[in-house]
Amino acid sequence: MQINDITSLNKQAVTGVFMSAVTDTHAQDDHHHGPAKGITRWLLTTNHKDIGSMYLIFSFTMFLLGGAMAMVIRAELFQPGLQIVQPEFFNQMTTMHGLIMVFGAVMPAFVGLANWMLPLMVGAPDMALPRMNNWSFWLLPCAFLILVSTLFMEGGAPNFGWTFYAPLSTTYGPPSTTFFIFAVHIMGVSSIMGAINVVATILNMRAPGMTLMKMPLFVWTWLITAFLLIAVMPVLAGVVTMMLMDINFGTSFFDASGGGDPVLFQHVFWFFGHPEVYIMILPAFGAVSHIIPAFSRKPLFGYASMVYAVGAIALLSFVVWAHHMFTVGIPIAGQLFFMYATMLIAVPTGVKVFNWVATMFRGSLTFEAPMLFAVAFVILFTIGGFSGLMLAIAPADFQYHDTYFVVAHFHYVLVPGAIFGIFASAYFWLPKWTGHMYDETLAKTHFWLSFVGMNLAFFPMHFLGLAGMPRRIPDYALQFADFNMVSSIGAFMFGATQILFLVIVVKCVRGGEKASAKPWDGAEGLEWTVPSPAPYHTFATPPEVK
Amino acid sequence: MADNQTYYVPEQSKWPIVATVGLGVMMYGLASIMVDGKQGVDTMGAWITFWIGSAIMVYMLFGWFGNVIKESRSGLYSAQMDRSFRWGMSWFIFSEVMFFAAFFGALFYARMFAIPWLGGEGDKGSTNMLWEGFQATWPLLNTPDPEAYPAPSGIIGPWGLPLINTVLLVTSSFTLTVAHHALKESHRQKTKIWLAATIALALVFVCVQGYEYVHAYQDLGLTLQSGIYGSTFFMLTGFHGAHVILGTLMLVIMLIRIQKGHFTAENHFGFEAAAWYWHFVDVVWLGLFVFVYVL
Amino acid sequence: MRVQARRAGALLGGLMFPAMSMADWTLNMSPGVTGTSNEIFDLHMTILWICVIIGVVVFGIMFWSIFAHRKSRDPDRKPANFHENTLVEILWTVIPLVILVVMAIPATATLVDMYDTTEAEIDIKVTGYQWRWKYDYIDEEFGYFSNISTSDDEIYNRTEKGENYLLDVDNPMVIPTNTRVRLLLTANDVIHSWWVPAFGLKKDAIPGFINEIWTQVDEPGIYRGQCTELCGIKHGFMPVVVKAVPREEYDAWINEQTAAAQAEAELTEKDWTMAELMERGEKAYASACAACHQPDGTGAPPAFPALKGSQMALEDMQGHIDIVVNGSSGTAMQAFGDQLSEVDLAAVITYERNAWGNDTGEMVTPKEIFDYKNQE
Ligand code: HEA
Ligand code: HEA
Ligand code: HEC
Ligand code: CUA
Ligand SMILES: [Cu+2]
Repeated sequence: MQINDITSLNKQAVTGVFMSAVTDTHAQDDHHHGPAKGITRWLLTTNHKDIGSMYLIFSFTMFLLGGAMAMVIRAELFQPGLQIVQPEFFNQMTTMHGLIMVFGAVMPAFVGLANWMLPLMVGAPDMALPRMNNWSFWLLPCAFLILVSTLFMEGGAPNFGWTFYAPLSTTYGPPSTTFFIFAVHIMGVSSIMGAINVVATILNMRAPGMTLMKMPLFVWTWLITAFLLIAVMPVLAGVVTMMLMDINFGTSFFDASGGGDPVLFQHVFWFFGHPEVYIMILPAFGAVSHIIPAFSRKPLFGYASMVYAVGAIALLSFVVWAHHMFTVGIPIAGQLFFMYATMLIAVPTGVKVFNWVATMFRGSLTFEAPMLFAVAFVILFTIGGFSGLMLAIAPADFQYHDTYFVVAHFHYVLVPGAIFGIFASAYFWLPKWTGHMYDETLAKTHFWLSFVGMNLAFFPMHFLGLAGMPRRIPDYALQFADFNMVSSIGAFMFGATQILFLVIVVKCVRGGEKASAKPWDGAEGLEWTVPSPAPYHTFATPPEVK
Repeated sequence: MADNQTYYVPEQSKWPIVATVGLGVMMYGLASIMVDGKQGVDTMGAWITFWIGSAIMVYMLFGWFGNVIKESRSGLYSAQMDRSFRWGMSWFIFSEVMFFAAFFGALFYARMFAIPWLGGEGDKGSTNMLWEGFQATWPLLNTPDPEAYPAPSGIIGPWGLPLINTVLLVTSSFTLTVAHHALKESHRQKTKIWLAATIALALVFVCVQGYEYVHAYQDLGLTLQSGIYGSTFFMLTGFHGAHVILGTLMLVIMLIRIQKGHFTAENHFGFEAAAWYWHFVDVVWLGLFVFVYVL
Repeated sequence: MRVQARRAGALLGGLMFPAMSMADWTLNMSPGVTGTSNEIFDLHMTILWICVIIGVVVFGIMFWSIFAHRKSRDPDRKPANFHENTLVEILWTVIPLVILVVMAIPATATLVDMYDTTEAEIDIKVTGYQWRWKYDYIDEEFGYFSNISTSDDEIYNRTEKGENYLLDVDNPMVIPTNTRVRLLLTANDVIHSWWVPAFGLKKDAIPGFINEIWTQVDEPGIYRGQCTELCGIKHGFMPVVVKAVPREEYDAWINEQTAAAQAEAELTEKDWTMAELMERGEKAYASACAACHQPDGTGAPPAFPALKGSQMALEDMQGHIDIVVNGSSGTAMQAFGDQLSEVDLAAVITYERNAWGNDTGEMVTPKEIFDYKNQE
């Protein structure tokens, strides 16, 4: 074995020098290690960039799958009456759509971004625990294989909504529920290990001189996201374990005849569920906090307050869960507490929005695709935030709850929030990943079609909800017909547009204008100090941060 | 952070993918056992699947940890690597704390809200209309629907075996600390003795717990099916017991490693990780003792 | 405020979809007919407008920056370099906080109002079943099921859809106007949620627990809503219909129902013929069983077994009675023993054993069912 004496301490730190992993037998010295060939490169890899790419590809695949299910939903809702699918299958689509989008598309996409970018941003040679990193990834396809296989089981896939409330999911669930539970367990293991890796990397692998308050915001948001993940994924594991026991071993956690309570399920689920929604947005906050300054050519306004705001959001997220349960009949003191706590989240979130606007203020703005997505993110996420705030008002929520108003709310924070955040990040960092510039014209087309399609699909849902259309129904009363049609048309438009994204990325990977180390003139950070594409191994020698 | 220069990045490794296949097959088998069993289908195939998965997992655990131990002993790991392991282990334990928190939450909720409501007290007291004759008590010696969930005839008092178990576990934490100090002072023999004592205490604990379960099932009718008291009781003590067994295995492996001459006075994170885990298991027990048995 | 809101809404809608002809749509919540629903509506409008105003200000500044500070306007533009200002940061933390307090005050007041628990004159127990509601008039000792009455033909687009498509039931709940009514909500199987938008009432019906809500409706009329908690396959098909009628009419209705319940009880004693049972059975089947086992008895396997040609319906009379009376625990097949009268139970079992080609020729009498239920 050999421990290399690092002789040339290159500030820019792009040496191919790294420590060979294999003991004695392997007698190679300093050289530029490239990736292994063939499929084993991916199966056995310990490289954060490979793993990042796999996460991203997996995530996009799941996005298409979950999206295809959304298309089934929208097609059925195109007109009143039952045309395409039976209610039973519709419920399975709703459930699987929600689960796949949340656990398969959004979360893995952010983990993929973290894998690619965190080591580059903190100047580390890799993630802290590289083998475990690969395990975290491969568990995901495994979990989703099991989850998707339930569609083909007798009795069908889970059909109780992504929130799987007991007893619909226990006593009355299909046999495949047990498989669903184990799939959730495996995903949970994956997420927890991924998050532990992120925390260890950030706390322990930063380049010399990079103090906590010098960390890029994407790193900060991921640190806090990882904390949320480690805190709540085990709670999810706990609640599905209780379900498992109720279904298979005769316990009565969620059954009043044994002294349990179906509402207990909801408390535990939402103790996980609410932090979960911030898990899906905080990394996007981080990425946007890089993109807006880059294209405003002006430093981020209020770095410190951004950090505190994210911290505050994360802490508050633990004490607001019952805002999903205003109608289950919690005592009034509880209602008031959860209402106030939830409303408070608007303050730190507002700080972030104002900081972004102040960053743009008096900058020198250009609007390449990442910036377009980021600006749309700020506007549309805020709209979603406003509807969230309205939902937080307990008495008003009695009217909004479980209607399309809620569906509108969360698609506004998730689609132009999480998904646009991911698109913005992808365009922003694609040159770094591939070494090529993407096709800007196509990317702008992608943006505008997505923007229009998405608003057309989800804005009318506010009206539907206010007019009284419940969610999770395959058929609806006649007064809801017109807006549903509009919404479906928008959804088809948005869905079809995503094929374009695939085209753009494939095109960019295969070729295109060469990207420089720092393709965006306003961008800051260590990741722009390494060449594009980033070499297989970077920062074997840590850079010095002043 | 001056010592980042020598961070060890392992080369390709087959263990993650082996672990994935192992876990996937094992879980799939486990689910099939339950589903087939419930539907009255033959569970043979499911069991075979499960055991194949488990075997792969065992193979993986030996292989992967073997790898890590080998690397560690050949001096590949820096102080920074050590810190990564420490962060990793600490946050893993934190995640375990949250896992137990879910079950404790269920217990508190049942006691403070669900049972009183069912018994006609508090905010949703009119619920009692549905369960005539049901009275809120804790421990729950009657259930709202005794036909579906027959209540236990008694429960396990705290001041007998559970107290003994508490003493056992607290003592074991103590003996383990002595062993750790001995290791730090390079007293190998002393380390071994105290570690062995810890393991012995752990085994006695597990046996006592097993005895208690048999007693509960056979004499008291306190089972998983005996309503929320039984459910929370077995869920909490059961998962704790599983963790004790896991922790004991870790300690046994540490004993074997010490026997083999692994670890130095400065460098023995494997041992420390096992010790942390053991203390965590101990603390959870204290919570259990107070909230499940005493109160 | 309300009129303004409508105008603004109409304007907005008009701008957005000028070419569409929309018969019956609305953009906003409707104020409803109870004190609660009106309070909620006002609250809704208040918070909506606050959000709109904040949005206009924030997005206004943003669009102005986008427009005025864009590089393409002046390629040599030097961006400013400021990145901190404690004063504005404090301001934009405190101002939103104040706005939130302003929102929280009416919200708290409304919530407290809703929890007014003064005695109600009438108690109705509302039970959610998969997939219909049962209304028990507790003080009067009668109760009945309320099923969706939209036909399958409408749902599957075989005929024109009626005006109240999916929002019609066979037996609506009836309440008197100008009277305080308490609803005790519970469920028999999974969680349902009872919602009538015009009353501003939505509460979950949870199996094994009772939630209470109160309302008072002053305007007579028919009010419609739906189940709003996912409760299985037909969650979209369990509407709520409430008929609010003047007090006299209500009292008359109550008398009628009590008398009918009485007569029903006496029917158990009567000697029933096969034809009578079949006729009654068909109705009972349509209202209680068809949701799962389908009107033609083919069910929806594997979730819901077919009864047509089923082993049990053809051969196993005891098993048949048992499963209908006691249900099959752990499945959607409920115990109908307490839900249906002896007559209906007998009728429905007889019907199942003789309809759709299940020509066993066997019949069960209400008396036999009565004896079966009381054997222990
Ligand atoms: C990324 C995901 C995400 C995010 C970020 C949020 C953010 C918020 N959500 Fe949302 N929510 C979901 C995802 C998300 N939500 C999902 C998936 C569901 C449905 C789950 C299900 O049932 O299936 C849901 C449901 C949901 C409910 C339950 C509704 C119901 O079922 O009846 C509520 C109620 O309080 C709520 C509130 C909020 C609030 C207050 C915020 C706040 O964080 C928003 C804060 C932001 C702003 C307010 C805008 C910016 C601020 C300013 C410009 C400052 C000035 C503003 C003011 C002072 C007003 N959400
Ligand atoms: C991050 C999360 C996320 C994302 C990105 C989306 C994206 C979309 N969602 Fe989803 N949704 C949820 C999370 C998400 N959703 C959740 C949590 C629920 C609640 C579930 C529950 O009630 O339990 C829900 C529920 C939900 C409903 C309500 C269902 C119901 O109540 O019955 C609807 C209805 O319109 C809907 C629509 C859509 C649409 C049209 C998109 C679009 O943005 C999708 C666009 C993407 C594609 C279309 C894929 C790309 C294209 C192809 C695969 C090619 C094929 C394309 C064509 C044929 C056009 N969603
Ligand atoms: C909510 C759904 C639902 C409703 C309503 C329902 N059933 Fe069932 N029924 C089921 C299910 C599910 C089963 C299967 C039970 C099992 O597997 O043990 C079943 C089984 C049966 C069987 C046994 C069939 C066989 O071949 O094993 C009979 C008979 C029956 N139901 C009669 C009725 C009658 C009579 C009614 C109305 C009074 C009714 N059901 C209403 C869901 C329902
Ligand atoms: Cu009943 Cu939905
Ligand atoms: Cu929430």
